[in-house]
Amino acid sequence: MQPALIAPANAAFVGIPAKIIFILIPLVGIAVFAYIMKHRIEPLLQAAPDPRFSRYPERIRAVIKIWLAQWRHPRYLLAGVLHIIVFFGFLTLAARSTQLVVLGFAADFSLPGFGGAFGHFYSVLKDYAGTAVFICAVILAVRRLAFKPARYDVPERYGQDHTPEAILVLGLICTLLVSESLFDASLVAAQVAKGQPTHFLSPLSLGWFFGHLLGGASLPALQGIHLTAYTIHDLTFFFFLCFLPMGKHFHVITSLFNVFFMRLDYGNVKPVRHGVADSQLDGLKSFGVKKFEDFTWKHMLDFYSCADCGRCSDRCPANRVKRPLSPRFISIKARDRCFKLYPLWGRKPEESQPLIGGIYSEDEIWSCTTCGACEQECPLGIEYIDKMVDLRRGMVDEGMVPQSLQKPLSALEKRGNPWGKMEKKRADWVAGVGDGCTVKLFEKGEAAETLYFVDSITSYDDRMQKIAQATTRILCAAGVDFGVLGKDEKDSGHEVRRFGEEMLFQTLKEQNTEAIQATEVKRIVTADPHAYNALKNDYSNLPPVKHISEIIIESLGSGRLKLKGAENGSKTYVYHDPCYLGRHNALYDIPRRAIDAIPGIRRGEMPADCRDRSFCCGGGGLMLFYEPEEETRMGVVRVKMARDAGADVIVTACPFCLVNIEDAIKVAGLEGKMEAIDLCELIDRHIQR
Amino acid sequence: MEIMVCVKRVPDSAENEIVVKGDGSDIKRDDLVYSVNEWDNYAVEEAIQIVDRVGGSVTVVTIGNEDSEEVVRREMAMGAHKGLMLVDPAFEGCDGRGMAAILKAAVQQGKYDLVLTGAQADDGAGQVGAMLAALLDWPYASLVNLIEVKDGVLSIGREIEGGNQEINEISMPCVLSIQTGINEPRYVGIRGIRKVASVEIPVLNAGALGLDAAGLGPAGARVKRLDYFVPPAGVGAEMLQGSTDEIAAQLIDLLKAKGGLK
Repeated sequence: MQPALIAPANAAFVGIPAKIIFILIPLVGIAVFAYIMKHRIEPLLQAAPDPRFSRYPERIRAVIKIWLAQWRHPRYLLAGVLHIIVFFGFLTLAARSTQLVVLGFAADFSLPGFGGAFGHFYSVLKDYAGTAVFICAVILAVRRLAFKPARYDVPERYGQDHTPEAILVLGLICTLLVSESLFDASLVAAQVAKGQPTHFLSPLSLGWFFGHLLGGASLPALQGIHLTAYTIHDLTFFFFLCFLPMGKHFHVITSLFNVFFMRLDYGNVKPVRHGVADSQLDGLKSFGVKKFEDFTWKHMLDFYSCADCGRCSDRCPANRVKRPLSPRFISIKARDRCFKLYPLWGRKPEESQPLIGGIYSEDEIWSCTTCGACEQECPLGIEYIDKMVDLRRGMVDEGMVPQSLQKPLSALEKRGNPWGKMEKKRADWVAGVGDGCTVKLFEKGEAAETLYFVDSITSYDDRMQKIAQATTRILCAAGVDFGVLGKDEKDSGHEVRRFGEEMLFQTLKEQNTEAIQATEVKRIVTADPHAYNALKNDYSNLPPVKHISEIIIESLGSGRLKLKGAENGSKTYVYHDPCYLGRHNALYDIPRRAIDAIPGIRRGEMPADCRDRSFCCGGGGLMLFYEPEEETRMGVVRVKMARDAGADVIVTACPFCLVNIEDAIKVAGLEGKMEAIDLCELIDRHIQR
Repeated sequence: MEIMVCVKRVPDSAENEIVVKGDGSDIKRDDLVYSVNEWDNYAVEEAIQIVDRVGGSVTVVTIGNEDSEEVVRREMAMGAHKGLMLVDPAFEGCDGRGMAAILKAAVQQGKYDLVLTGAQADDGAGQVGAMLAALLDWPYASLVNLIEVKDGVLSIGREIEGGNQEINEISMPCVLSIQTGINEPRYVGIRGIRKVASVEIPVLNAGALGLDAAGLGPAGARVKRLDYFVPPAGVGAEMLQGSTDEIAAQLIDLLKAKGGLK
C-alpha cells in the first residue's frame, strides 16, 4: 500500500532529493557541536588537577539520587516538580528525536528494540511526555514573564536580565514538541482522508489535538505540513544542541557529569593543590586561585553546569543580609569570563587577568561564612566552599587581607588565639567550675582517657567560659575521666584554614596534633562544632572525636546521667542548628534528643529554616572580627525567625552561635523577651545530682 | 626613587599584658611577643606603593640585636627590596638622639631620596624621625597621611587638629614620619616570610658605620630615664555601679548635672 504522505526521506525539493538535505543538517549540526565542545573542554585541560576518578559506587549512587531521581528539586516545590516533568520528558523524548533525525534519510527507521509491543508503548509514552513538557514549558514561560520570582532577578551590578535566554529556550522546546506532533498528526489526518488504517494518536495528547485540527485539510496541505514540520524539527533540534553550550542550558549536557564528579565528603576543605602533600607546600610558587586557570577542572565544570536557578543565593545568609555576595553570580560571572577567555572564534586574549578586582571583589569573597547552605541546595551538586577558600588563599598570598583580620591572624601566629591573650591563661576558666568536679591538666603531666578540647573562644571569652564550665560539669556527672591541654592547646585553626591562611593553619594543626598525641587519650570531646569539624575533618592521626551532645545521649542511655524536670515548662525552646554540627556533620537529631530528654520541656521548630536549611548566625572564628558591608546582621534575621516560631529560648550548641544570637537579641530589641542558651548550659542546669 | 624606611621591633600592646618591673627600670620581658611597630608597617607599605608607581627600591633598616631580623624579614616579605641591620652592643642604652645619629650614618652610606619613619613607636617617644632630619639637615614633615610624587618634589598631606588636612610641598631628599591610615598595609603570613628566609641581610656595627662607640650608649645619652611606673588611679575617677540600665541612667544624670547634656 502507498503511504498516505511522502516521507521526508523520499521527498524532493525542486528536483533535489530531500534526503541530501536531511543528511546534511545532522552532519553540519554535529560538526558545529563538536567544534563548540572542543573549545569548551579546552580550559578544563588547562585547569588545576582534582582526582575524582575514584569511589565509583558512591558516585553512581549520587547520580541515581541527585541526577536521575532529582532528589533536591522538590525542596522548591512548584519549580522542582515542573523541572522533574521536563527532565523525564526530555529523557523520554530523546529516543523519538533521534529516530526522527534518522527518518530524514531512512524512511521506516526505528531504533533497535523499539519495534513491536515496546514500540507501541513507547509511542504512547512519548505522546504524553511531549504534551506534559509542552504544558510545563508554557507554565514556566508564564511564571518567568508574569510572576517573575525574585530568585531570578539579576541585580544591576551583575549584568543583564537572563529572562530572554530562558524564554528563547522555552520557545525552542515548544517548537520541537509542536513540530514533532504536527509531523505525526498530518500523517494521521492524511491516512483518515485516504481511508487507510491510522497511526495511533494518544487521546488528549498534543498530536491528538493537531490530528483533529487538521481533519478535513487537503492532501497537498497535509503533505506540506508534514515536510515543513519535519524540517523545522530537524533544524530546531540541531540549533538547540549547539545553543546549549552557550549559556545556562549547558547543564542539559553537563549535569550528569557534574553530579557524577560532585563532592562526596562534607566538612572538609580541598588541599591547596591536589597531589602536593602538606609538607611540600613551601615548594609551591603560588597559592590558591588568582586567575581563571587556577580553578580545578571540576570547579570549571561547576561554572558550565550552573542553571542559574538561584536556589543557592536564595538560601545564602550573606545574600539575605545584603552582603556583596550571591553564590549564583560567583558561577555565572566565572562562566562568562571563561567564555571570553576561550572564545569560539578568533584569537584567545593574551593574559588571564586576576579574578579579584576583575569579576570578583575582595569583600565579595570575604563575605562567605562557609555555612554550606548553597551547596546543600544546589540540584546540580555545584560546590562553593572550596572555591571561596581557594580564592581567599590567593588573596592571602597576595597580601590582600582586611586590616580587621590581620590583627587576629597575627595574634594566632604569636599566641595561638585570635585575641592575643596569654597562653598561660588558657585554662583560667577552670577556677569557675565549682565544687565536686576537678579538671585534670595534661600540661601538668596528669593522664586521662578523654581529652576535652576547649578551643579559643570558650577558653578566653568571659561569657563562653560558662560553656566550658557547664561542659566540664556534664562530663563529671557522666563519670568521664577527662582532662584539658591548658597552655599546650592552640586554636583549632578551623577558620584560619577557611579564611585562606593555610600555612598558619598547618602550624596550629602540627602543634595541636603533637600535644594531643602526647596525652595518649582514647577519644576527644568538644563542645565547639568548629573545633569538632577541624579535628574530625581537617586533622589526621587523632583518636575519635565526639561532640558533647553525643556524650550526653550516650550517658543518658547508660543511665549515668539523669535529668530532672524542666525548670521552666511554660517556655518554648527552639534549637538552632549550628552549620558545622548540622550541614557539615549531619548531627541534627542527637542535640534535639538531648533537649527532649529533659522531662516536660516544650520544644518547637523553625519549620522552614531548620536542620539542613538552618540559617547561619553570622559565622564563627575569624568571621567575628571581619567587618562586612551588610544591611542587617544574620543573627538578627535568625532571631526573628525564632520569634516567629513562637520561641522564648533559642538553644544552640556552638559558642559562636551563642555570641551572635545573644548580640542579635539585643540588636533586635528583644532583650528580656527572648534569651539564648547553649545546649551544655541547658543540660547542666537540669542534671539530677 | 631610593627610599629608606626605619622600622622597630616592639612588644605589641594588643598581644601582651604589660607589667612594669618592681624597680621601675623596665617592663617585664620574659613572656612578651614582639612585632613590627604598627606605624612602621604603614611606612613600609607606602614606600612600596611609591616605588611601584615611580620605580626605585625600598630598604628597610632597624637598630637592634639578632632578634630584630624577624621584623626586617617580615617587611621584606611585604615587598621591601633590601634589608639592613645596625647591630652593636654600643648601641644599647642610646637616647633618641643617639638612635638618630646611628640612622644618619646608615642614610649617608646610601643615596636615598626619601627616608620614612613611623610617626611614633609603641614603646618610644616619637622623636627619632625629627632628630634624624635635623642631623641630616633635611626637610621634615610629621604625621604624614598622603604622599604624591611630582618632579623632584613631594606633595604631602598632614593630619592636623580637629580632623583637618593640610597639603604641603616638600623638596627631596627629606624625612617624613608616617601616620597610620595612610594606606592599608598588605598581609604577610608565614609563607611570605619563608620565601625571603634565605635572603642575605647585611649587618653593620659602629665601626662599619664610622661611628665612635664612646659617644653612644648610656655614656652618650643626654636624656636618661629615671623611673617607669603605672600611675595610681586618680581620685577623680568614679566607678558607676549597677546593671547596664542603671549605669546608663546614672551616666545621663551625671552628664546633665555637669552640663554635658541639655
